[in-house]
Amino acid sequence: MGQAFNYLESYLLHLSKYFMPMYLCVFTALSFFALTSKGWKHIKVICDLQLVLMFLTHFSGAAVVCLRTGKPTYLLLYAFQQILIFALIVLTNMIYPEGDRLLINNMCMMLSIGCIMLMRLDFSGAVKQFFIIVVSTAVCLVIPYLIDSLKRLPDLKWLYAVVSVSALAVVFFLGSAVNGARISYTIHGITFQPSELVKILFVFYLSSAFFEHSGMKEVVETALISLSLVLLLVLSRDLGSALIFFVVYLAILFYATGRWPYLVAGAGMAAIGSLGAYKYFTHVKMRVDAWLDPWSMIEDAGYQVTQSLFAISGGGLFGTGLMCGNPTSIPYVEQDFIFSAITEELGIIFALALVGLAFATFLDFVIISGAAFDRFDRIISFGLGVTYIFQIFLTVGGGTKFIPMTGVTFPLLSSGGTSVLTTLVMFYVTEGVSARAYSSEI
Amino acid sequence: MDRRRDRRKIDYFRLPSMRVSAIVICVMFGAVFFAMCVYFAHYALTNQRKLMSNSYNTHTAVLSKQHTRGTIYAADHTVLAETVTGEDGKDVRSYPFGSLYAHAVGYAAKGKSGIESVYNFYLVNSSISLNDKVKYDTTGDKYPGDDVNTTLNPALQSVASSTLGVYDGAILVTEVKTGRILAMVSKPDFDPNQIEEIWEKVQYDASSSVLLNRVKDGLYPPGSTFKIFTSLEYIRENPDTYSNYKYNCTGKYTSGQDSISCYHGSVHGNVNFKSSFAKSCNSSYANIGMGLDRDSLNRTLSQCLFGSELPIDLPTSKSSVAVSNELSDGDMMEICIGQGMTTITPLHLNMMTCAVANNGVLMKMRLADSITDANGKVVQEFKSERYGSLMTETESQAIRTLMEAVVDGGTGKKLNGLSYTAAGKTGSAEYGTVKGQSHAWFTGYAPAEEPEIAVTVIIEGAGSGGDYAVPLAKRVFDQYFGVYDYNG
Repeated sequence: MGQAFNYLESYLLHLSKYFMPMYLCVFTALSFFALTSKGWKHIKVICDLQLVLMFLTHFSGAAVVCLRTGKPTYLLLYAFQQILIFALIVLTNMIYPEGDRLLINNMCMMLSIGCIMLMRLDFSGAVKQFFIIVVSTAVCLVIPYLIDSLKRLPDLKWLYAVVSVSALAVVFFLGSAVNGARISYTIHGITFQPSELVKILFVFYLSSAFFEHSGMKEVVETALISLSLVLLLVLSRDLGSALIFFVVYLAILFYATGRWPYLVAGAGMAAIGSLGAYKYFTHVKMRVDAWLDPWSMIEDAGYQVTQSLFAISGGGLFGTGLMCGNPTSIPYVEQDFIFSAITEELGIIFALALVGLAFATFLDFVIISGAAFDRFDRIISFGLGVTYIFQIFLTVGGGTKFIPMTGVTFPLLSSGGTSVLTTLVMFYVTEGVSARAYSSEI
Repeated sequence: MDRRRDRRKIDYFRLPSMRVSAIVICVMFGAVFFAMCVYFAHYALTNQRKLMSNSYNTHTAVLSKQHTRGTIYAADHTVLAETVTGEDGKDVRSYPFGSLYAHAVGYAAKGKSGIESVYNFYLVNSSISLNDKVKYDTTGDKYPGDDVNTTLNPALQSVASSTLGVYDGAILVTEVKTGRILAMVSKPDFDPNQIEEIWEKVQYDASSSVLLNRVKDGLYPPGSTFKIFTSLEYIRENPDTYSNYKYNCTGKYTSGQDSISCYHGSVHGNVNFKSSFAKSCNSSYANIGMGLDRDSLNRTLSQCLFGSELPIDLPTSKSSVAVSNELSDGDMMEICIGQGMTTITPLHLNMMTCAVANNGVLMKMRLADSITDANGKVVQEFKSERYGSLMTETESQAIRTLMEAVVDGGTGKKLNGLSYTAAGKTGSAEYGTVKGQSHAWFTGYAPAEEPEIAVTVIIEGAGSGGDYAVPLAKRVFDQYFGVYDYNG
């Protein structure tokens, strides 16, 4: 009997390698399919199926970690995570029946994968992350209601602008430096990364600025505010965020005005700006050099990238299996290189499906934007979608040496309180936009 | 109830341009993401093996814990390296032949080298079936890593090693039609069973070169073996008239203030193209060199792999030669007889020899025939692959005639009159500042009519190639053709 159980256990461990990518591939395919099918009936079936796949993925992952480590505490943490995630889905559907179920499903699948990986990389970190998700969800469940009921949100343009600029200014002048970048400050023992939350405020600002008109006056005004934010971030050495703000501004500007010259001029500015940064900032130059040839500086500046490359190439199509790789050799793997860790242990297929899922989620943001109730809602959900997908581009591209490394987290997967809270708020604001659009149709 | 909202709702429908913008942005992101995914998947899949042999890659340490390192076999299935469990229960890498295969097989601790390094990926991964893995799981044993079946021929390897004896140098034996490496010897060598202690010693003694594989990383002056390249260029520039070439050697060729002398003051008298090569007449080759088109020579040399990575499954040093129009006549003459700043690896010279012997076509060289799993099932087979043509068939035939003449009465006559026929080129590469010190070179192939193997020999500081290197090559040929068994 014991022998038979051992055999079974061993088979399950080996086979989980092939099942997990399969679950995620089907999940992602369903997400794309759901984007194209407009009938509500379809959506319901698809979303229910996705719930099953989400459960299977999360459960298999947790089971493998538990069996390989032989520690049942992992299963306990898993149980709490699973309850939390399903509670989140049920509550959201109950409170906002008109909301977009697909968006919440995608978000929760990402959360599940993040939970598995963090659990595997750092147990105590995963426990902390769990509580952060609990608190964040409690906050977020109110957001769609607020979006619908606060009628004056589009009128608070200057409030958004002033808070954004001053928050970043405070970090620049008072913040503490971590790895050469001044990005966080600490109040009562809790460390914040204001640039994360300011991302949302910034999108709110732009949406209210372009709310009624998008003429020359609005363009100049938003350009000035955006430029000052980007400059503050560059001076704080938070290059990843600076790049995100710039791209989000450009995308929203193009979206709101529909004018090509802005897009072209913006791209030109980006090129000049990057060249300037490469020339005048040593830390930018270092990052770019480490991208061009990390192998020649494998011991210092190129260490992170090369370790990440070892990880992504270490597992092949199906990965080494959870707990069988060595992702912890990458410094800051839980924050900046979670994608590389996933690729190593869960495989290239899983990683590709994950990127696909992120893209499907982005398209969902855009589709919600297209159906939104008004221009304010429209620009908000579009802007948040761009923020989300561009951040994924930076983190995945940086970890795979497609682009230079910027030290950006993978939304919903990486550990980090502010990052998770911010991303959840982004999703729930969009959920609110969706709920309002559909409730107003009736 | 809320008028503001109604006004907004109308506003939004009036802007179809927003829809266009949204599509544009989505397409742009889609394209970038597609490119990124393709790049990522391609990079991760194609670099897996290469990155696994990087000594900074700690991910292999995890695999090493899960797998018993695979065995490395010679072509006749002799064990060259295996992992055995010691009395204390610890796994030890064992090399039954000690230093004999040191440079070819390499070592697996303290960084890696040779086959242990380039085929590391297979050695620490297991291709056994799921059922077998489960069996290992239940007993708690490590999975057996895959085995590497090399191309190395133990008889030739031991002859090559014993014939080189106490000399520093290198011998490489390859199959011209397949690119398989039959023997690879570099001396001084070391015992890979004691790599830990040797490593310590080398750290303190920077001048020690025991870990240097001279076959692929030894950069030597080519000496007269370079005349193969000079001849190729001359034939290329004078395809119809090169056999009419005539020169009267007085032991010295002078151009302006620079002059070139023949080896050990010989005077060759009246020579033609073939006898210039066979007798290795420096004066005649200086004369030929002065007439060559330098741009064309440069093209020929880079086509013949100077300055590039060599097509073999090991990382290699690059040979170098600097021909330019700014070069003085003296330097140009030096280059054409293989002296001066030119450097070449024995491996590179062997590849050139193989190309000559194989109608100009160079085959990619390799140390492994196949990978098998612990049950003997073939996981991967390495087929012979064409690298490309270094010269035309006509050109290769012309050079073969020259190399046959070397044996037939030239500097390689010690290979004449045997039960097999051979062809080749000797070299005595002067080095350092003391006149008369030279490395002995020989590179050649046999049989002359239907070439099977190529042998390249270098003995550091021994003297002339004809006297010292040719006899070593002869022993390797003897062993290969079964004339005499030096291991018996």
